[in-house]
Amino acid sequence: MNQDVAAVQGPNVAHTHHGDDTGHHHEHHEQHFIWKYIFSMDHKIIAKQFLITGILWAIIGALFSVFFRLQLGFPNETFPIMETFLGKWAQGGKLTPEGYYALVTMHGTILIFFVLTAGLSGTFANFLIPLQIGARDMASPFMNMLSYWFFLAASIVMFASLFIQTGPASGGWTAYPPLSAIKEANLGSGTGMDLWLISLTLFVVSTLLGGLNYISTILNMRTKGMTMTRMPLTIWALLFTAVIGLLSFPVLVSGFVLLIFDRHFGTSFYLSELFVGGKALPYVGGSAILYQHLFWFLGHPEVYIIMLPGMGITSEVLSNHSRKPIFGYFAMIISLIGITVLSFLVWAHHMFVTGMSPFLGSVFVLMTLLIAVPSSVKVFNWLTTIWRGNIRFTVPMMFALGFVSMFISGGLTGIWLGNSVIDMHVHDTYFVIAHFHIVMGVSAFFGMFAGIYHWYPKMFGRFMNNTLGYIHFFGTFIGAYLIFWPMHYEGLAGMPRRYYDYSAWESFKHFEGLNVFISVVVILTFIVQLVFVLNFFVSIWYGRRVTTMNPWNSPTLEWTTPIRPGHGNWPGEVPTVYRWAYDYKDDGHGNDFVPQTTPIQPGEEVH
Amino acid sequence: MSVFILIALIVLVLAVIYQIGRASEFASLLRGEEKVQAGTNRLMAWSMLLMFPLGMWAIYACHQALIGKMLPVSASVQGEGYDSMMYVTLIMTGIVFIITQGLLCWFAFRYQSTPNRKAYFYAHNNRLEILWTTVPALAMAVLVIIGLRHWFNITSEAPADSQIVEVVGKQFNWIIRYPGKDGVLGKRNFQLINNENNVLGLDTNDRQNLDDIILENGEVHVIVNRPIKFIIGSRDVIHDVGLPHFRYKMDAVPGITTTLWFTPKYTTAQMKEITGNPDFVYEIACDQMCGKGHYSMRGTIIVETAEEHAAWLAKQQPYLKGGQAPAPAPSAADTAAVPAATPAPVQTITKL
Ligand code: HEM
Ligand SMILES: [Cu+2]
Ligand SMILES: [Cu+2]
Repeated sequence: MNQDVAAVQGPNVAHTHHGDDTGHHHEHHEQHFIWKYIFSMDHKIIAKQFLITGILWAIIGALFSVFFRLQLGFPNETFPIMETFLGKWAQGGKLTPEGYYALVTMHGTILIFFVLTAGLSGTFANFLIPLQIGARDMASPFMNMLSYWFFLAASIVMFASLFIQTGPASGGWTAYPPLSAIKEANLGSGTGMDLWLISLTLFVVSTLLGGLNYISTILNMRTKGMTMTRMPLTIWALLFTAVIGLLSFPVLVSGFVLLIFDRHFGTSFYLSELFVGGKALPYVGGSAILYQHLFWFLGHPEVYIIMLPGMGITSEVLSNHSRKPIFGYFAMIISLIGITVLSFLVWAHHMFVTGMSPFLGSVFVLMTLLIAVPSSVKVFNWLTTIWRGNIRFTVPMMFALGFVSMFISGGLTGIWLGNSVIDMHVHDTYFVIAHFHIVMGVSAFFGMFAGIYHWYPKMFGRFMNNTLGYIHFFGTFIGAYLIFWPMHYEGLAGMPRRYYDYSAWESFKHFEGLNVFISVVVILTFIVQLVFVLNFFVSIWYGRRVTTMNPWNSPTLEWTTPIRPGHGNWPGEVPTVYRWAYDYKDDGHGNDFVPQTTPIQPGEEVH
Repeated sequence: MSVFILIALIVLVLAVIYQIGRASEFASLLRGEEKVQAGTNRLMAWSMLLMFPLGMWAIYACHQALIGKMLPVSASVQGEGYDSMMYVTLIMTGIVFIITQGLLCWFAFRYQSTPNRKAYFYAHNNRLEILWTTVPALAMAVLVIIGLRHWFNITSEAPADSQIVEVVGKQFNWIIRYPGKDGVLGKRNFQLINNENNVLGLDTNDRQNLDDIILENGEVHVIVNRPIKFIIGSRDVIHDVGLPHFRYKMDAVPGITTTLWFTPKYTTAQMKEITGNPDFVYEIACDQMCGKGHYSMRGTIIVETAEEHAAWLAKQQPYLKGGQAPAPAPSAADTAAVPAATPAPVQTITKL
């Protein structure tokens, strides 16, 4: 059953001699556990490191949301379990306002950066790029390892900030100054904010190291015959994700550096005319809005950094499980390019109500609604891809279909928000919460789940349990809609986000019952996620074994490697590619697909 | 103790679910994997089909449950633009929503795998691509045009006869200032602020300040059917003047003055009738995260008739008593510590 992965030759491989990792061949010299799994330079192991770290963070981030939803749903009750976990932040089982805002801020930071950026791109870029383009590893395996280690360092710093006396950052994941700059203004703006800034700066280093690697690997290390236009859309999506990250993350760091100067060295980049803690502060001449420009110059592209990998994965999974080529391959690439370019030109739609010039605002309205065009092209192409297919409803397929549904629902409300007049009413209300959770939070998670269920056999040589997978899908799909759909109504009624308690407000207190409903669904949906976690970890050791090399009958290259590929991926030579990644047609031998490695037959029409 | 029971319970539930999953896996091996897979596939296809009517019903039920809790009609003339735009956008996006979600569910069901089905090799069609690039582009163009018309309308200069009120945010309440008899707000200087007797840092050398009225209870009084212009500022961090009933919102940014204006249509009393809620009140909700008390940063707006307003105004005293400079502030030492080199920041709020 196991292909023996013999010593790998080739210039890209630093180590030779790897036994297969099922431990059947102890006469081979085995790498020590530490070198193999901890300080690994194998892109597949690094991918798993990103994934598992991401899953751990996701559990923490989701648990935080359960806690703050308990507060929102039941503002008058006490929950001893919160005191168990949060200590003085929930004395007597009642969350304090400071505790609430710390949880909300950490929830956002963790999920956006650590889970849906590192956990998603880090996992699939590392895992898929070499396997799908036919490379033995990344361009620089060492930098790749560093990328994970910087991410881990960022994680440790952020985690540590949860335990300090004044608590972690608590000014929202956007960390607008002056609130985040003046420690007297907010408990979390003390040491917690410093750790937050350090952590995210380390995180950016990790992203840049990774991104450079992904781009140079894709551009330079494709196997023979793998032209750019034969690459699977996952690779295209990951390429643009890396490009966006490389261009926008440094701007965020520049914004952070100025903030650090304002915090500690008396500069006034963002600060002007403040009276805090009973005295006038010496800052004049800065602009608090400048930070928002710098932040959203990353912040908006960031939402596409989160989204593109899911789009790529969905394209791949929909096509594979419909047994049909992706419809409009080139249109898909062009729309990716469109999204990439436009994502840099819309950032100020987050700032319509900051008092910026109405003319400038109108330019951003135009650009923002323009970005809906490539997004809708993608949706129509996905729909046409499953049209007249031969659909296998595997678990990854369910999640990919769910992705499309969520992306439609959330994308359409983006059109509302992009129009500044509507945004003026619903900005910073639950409408925005509903919009971005559906379009980014849930969709991106669905893309990630589709990818995990689809490539799990390649990652671990085993399958995840199907029944649990379906339970996970339906629980999440239904739960997510039940949680976020009604929030649109709250937002249209003007209910502000980031409120700890609504009961004193004549205009918002009548949503009390709805908030209870949402909080209950949140708890149930959280438990359903634990089913996934259980399935994921137990299946590593006890899942059904993969017995064929290509369980999904996919034409792409990763399925030409042994069931458990060693370092270097292919035991022999890296295969040559002759055709595009979506040749789902009769191969003349009763199969409904033609692998990329099959030469073009005489008389065959080339795509 | 109860915490442990809870955790144990969750673990137990997970264990049961897991066992079900395992058992079904073994069962499928026994019964023949292919047969089971075909059955599952059918089940999933049907559930995709059912998802659509169920979803639509759920949307309807949600709507019925919540529509009574929504905001009443716009209380400002300008907000009517928002209301009408919202409906146009709702209809356009609603149609797209129903069609695309419907197709998704229908295609999934209709093209489920069956033993005899062959997928149709269909890789591209440029005519279709052009069609569904241009149609959304045109639809967006329509929305942009409608949107920008309203946008320039509501962000235009306030009419000359507008009432003026200054709203200043601080952690965690709103301070309101009226220009007094001269109709002009005097200069402020943040270095003169002290919480005892000069909460806004009024410059006592500016005579236009002498009649200014300050309300520290966050209550704004305005006359119905006359434009009102808000001059918005902040003493410390960024806040946001959120006026859901008027469909408006504007950030309060320290060091910068922002403005917004609108024409209130209904007095508070009228609104009590419209909503049927005797406790109705126009609220100012802070809409920008400003610290631990953000959720409690509440102000109110009393919309009243001109007579009521005049009666109310007559009872108000200027903030600076008898035109006197406030007694030396205790924080004067701190103020003096500000480096002399820094240019004196002038908050110029002059004629409008
Ligand atoms: C059809 C395309 C889209 C349009 C027109 C659009 C428009 C907008 C607008 C105008 C806002 C600002 C709302 C406000 O704060 O008042 C917004 C917020 C947001 N959008 Fe979108 N969006 C689109 C798609 C997406 C996608 C694909 C993602 C994620 C991948 C996303 C994620 C977000 C997030 C995270 C926020 C909120 C950020 C915050 O304030 O915390 N959006 N969107
Ligand atoms: Cu954006
Ligand atoms: Cu606030």
